[in-house]
Amino acid sequence: MTLPSLNLLSQSILSGMFIGGMYSLIGLGLGLSWGLLRQINLAHFGFVFLSAYITYHLSSVWGMDPLLALLILPPAFFLVGVAQQWLLSRFHISPFNSLLVTFGFTVMIESLIQHIWTADFRKLQSSYAEEKFIIGNLFIPVPELLTLLLAVLFAFAIWAAMRFTDLGKAMRAMAEDGPIAAAFGINQRALSLVLSGLCVALASVAGICFALTFTLTPTQIFAWVGVVFAVVMLGGLGSALGPLVAGIIIGVSEAVAMAVFAPSWAPIVSFSLLILMLLFRPEKV
Amino acid sequence: MNILKRAAALATAAVGLCLMTAGPVQAQDTGPIKIGSTLALTGPLSATALVHKLVGDIYIEDLNARGGLLGRKVEWLVKDDQSKPEVARTLYEQLVTSDKVDLLMGPYATGAILSAMGVAQRYNKMLIHHTFGIPSLAKYEMHFPAWSVGPKPEVTVNNTLFDALAAAPKPPKTVAIVTSKFPSVHFMAQGAREVAKKRGVNEILFLEWEFGNRDFGPIAARIKDANPDLVWVGNIGLEGNMLLEAMKKIDYVPPLHFHLYPAPGPMTAAPEGRNALSVTIFEEHPPYTDNPVAAKFVAEFNKRAQAAGFPYTKVEVQAAASFTAWQLLEAAVTATKSLDDKKLADWLKKSQVPTIQGVVRFDRGNNFGDDLMRIKQVQDGNWVTVWPKEYAAPGASLKM
Repeated sequence: MTLPSLNLLSQSILSGMFIGGMYSLIGLGLGLSWGLLRQINLAHFGFVFLSAYITYHLSSVWGMDPLLALLILPPAFFLVGVAQQWLLSRFHISPFNSLLVTFGFTVMIESLIQHIWTADFRKLQSSYAEEKFIIGNLFIPVPELLTLLLAVLFAFAIWAAMRFTDLGKAMRAMAEDGPIAAAFGINQRALSLVLSGLCVALASVAGICFALTFTLTPTQIFAWVGVVFAVVMLGGLGSALGPLVAGIIIGVSEAVAMAVFAPSWAPIVSFSLLILMLLFRPEKV
Repeated sequence: MNILKRAAALATAAVGLCLMTAGPVQAQDTGPIKIGSTLALTGPLSATALVHKLVGDIYIEDLNARGGLLGRKVEWLVKDDQSKPEVARTLYEQLVTSDKVDLLMGPYATGAILSAMGVAQRYNKMLIHHTFGIPSLAKYEMHFPAWSVGPKPEVTVNNTLFDALAAAPKPPKTVAIVTSKFPSVHFMAQGAREVAKKRGVNEILFLEWEFGNRDFGPIAARIKDANPDLVWVGNIGLEGNMLLEAMKKIDYVPPLHFHLYPAPGPMTAAPEGRNALSVTIFEEHPPYTDNPVAAKFVAEFNKRAQAAGFPYTKVEVQAAASFTAWQLLEAAVTATKSLDDKKLADWLKKSQVPTIQGVVRFDRGNNFGDDLMRIKQVQDGNWVTVWPKEYAAPGASLKM
C-alpha cells in the first residue's frame, strides 16, 4: 500500500463530504418519518427519484432552470405526503406493515417512472454541471456543493424548529407519548399529516439535487436503500442533525477507504460503522 | 355376411380414428412455428432488452413477409424475465413444457442465458443466444452464441485493442486498469493486465470497485494522481460515464480512455465521452452497411426506435448481436428443412454462417468461433469503427 498524496486525500475527503451531503438529504426525511411517525417509509426513495425525474423533465423537455423546481416540487410533494399519511392512518397501518405497504408504493412509483421515461438512462444537462470553484489544487463542483449546503440548511432549520417552536415541541411530544400529548390538546392527526408532508417535501428537495448530480435510471432507487438506512440508524431516528453528521462520516469514510485502500472496500464501511455502533452504543440507534 | 359387416365397420372406425388423430398433426404442421424466449422487459436490464425486443419484432415481421420458415408463419412468444435469472429459468420451463414451442431463442445477459441454457440442456433443445459474456461458462453442446467474441475474449479482445493503440501516432507506455467487479467485466480486466504486461505497457494503477458504486470521485482522483497514458475502464452500463463525469469535476481529461461495455447513447451524448474507445461488432457505416440486409435492417431499426422513443436509435453491438441470432436460426432451419433441435445444432456446428457482423462459426472452444470484436471510438458524437483498418469507417482513424 502506498500512501496517497495530500492533494488526492483532500480531494477524496471533499468528494466524501459531497456524497455524504446527498446521503444526509435523503436520510433526513426518512429518519423523521421513522422516528416521529413510526413509519418506515420506503416510498421515500421512490419520491426522491420521482422528484428527480420531474426535475429532469421540467429542465430537459420544458427548458426550465432546474433550480426553479425547488419552488414548485416541495409544495406539490408536501400534498403527496399528506395524502400518503391520510391513507396509512385511515387503515391503521402498524410500523412493520408500513414497511411492506410503502415498499409496494415504491414498486408502483418505479413502474410509473419506467412507463413515462422508460428504463433507459436520463441525464439532466444543465449549465450548473459545468460550474466549479477551484481553491488551490482542490475542485468544488457547484451541484455537489449545493446539495451539501441544502443538507446543512434543512438539518439546522428542522433542528431549530423542533427545539424552539410550539409546532416542533408538539411533534416531539406526540412522538414521545401520543395519548398524553393528546390530553394536552395536541391534534395528533393534523400534526401527522403536516410531518408526513414535510418528509416527502424533503424527499423532493433531495430528488432535485440528485437530478443535478447523477444520471437517472428507475432501478437505481433500491441502490440507495442500504447506505441511507445506515445513515438514518447511525444518526438516530427522529433526529434532524444526526443524519447530517452520520451521512458525512459515512461519505468521508467511504471516500478515504477508496483513496487509501481499494474502491471495492467502500460498501463495507457504512455497515461496519453501523455494526460497531450497535455493539458499543446500542442505545444511540 | 356378419363377418363382412363387422370388418367394414372396424375398417370405417379405424379410418375415422386415423382421420381424427391425423387432423391435429396436419394442423400442427401447417400452423405457425412457435419460437419461445424471455427478455428482461422490466428490471435493471430492461433498457437493453427493449432493443432486443424491437430487433426480434422487426426480424419476425420481415421473415413472415418473406413467407416464414418452411412455408409456415412464425410466431414469437416472448415473456418478461424481469432481469432475474431464476425467473428466466421458470419461464423457459414453461415455454418448453406448457407452451410447447417448436424452438427456443435465448434471452439477453449472461445470468439469464445461463439459466436458459440449463433448461435447454434438460430438454435437449438448441439455444441460440444474444450477448453472453463469459465463454468458459457455456458448456452445453447445443448452445450457439450470436455475439462472436471467440473462446478467449480476455486475450483476443485486449490484443485487438493494443494492436490499435500500437498503430496510433503516440502509443501508450503506461496504463491504469480500473474495473467493476461485475463478473463478465472483471475477467476481461484481468486479461487486459496480462496483455499489457506481455506488450511492455507499464501498469501503474489497478483498482476495482463493487458493481453499483455511487461515488467515483476518489477513483477519478487516484487516476489523475497516477497520470497514465491510457485508462482501461472495465465498466458496464453507466459506470464509464460516471467515472468521466467525476474526472471532469477535477479538470482531468485522460489522454486515451477505453471503456469495455458502456451504455452507447450516454457515452456519445456526453461531452466528456469524446474520443472514448470501446469494442463493437457492428456500427452504422460502411463496410457493415454495404451488406443490403444490414442496410435494410438499419433503416427499419432507426425508424422504429425513434417511434418507440429510444434515447439511442442506432444499431450497434446489442441490436446487431440480436439480429445475428435470428439470422442463425433462419439459416439453420432453412438449410436443414427441419425443426429438429439436434439436426439444427449439428448443422450450425459444421457451418460458417454469413451475418451482418461477419461470418460466424462455432467450431472452437465451447462453441465459440472467431473473435469478431473491433475497436470503435466516439468521434463527432458518433461511434465509428477505427480498427482493424478494413472495418474502419471511411476516412476514420484513431484520434488522440
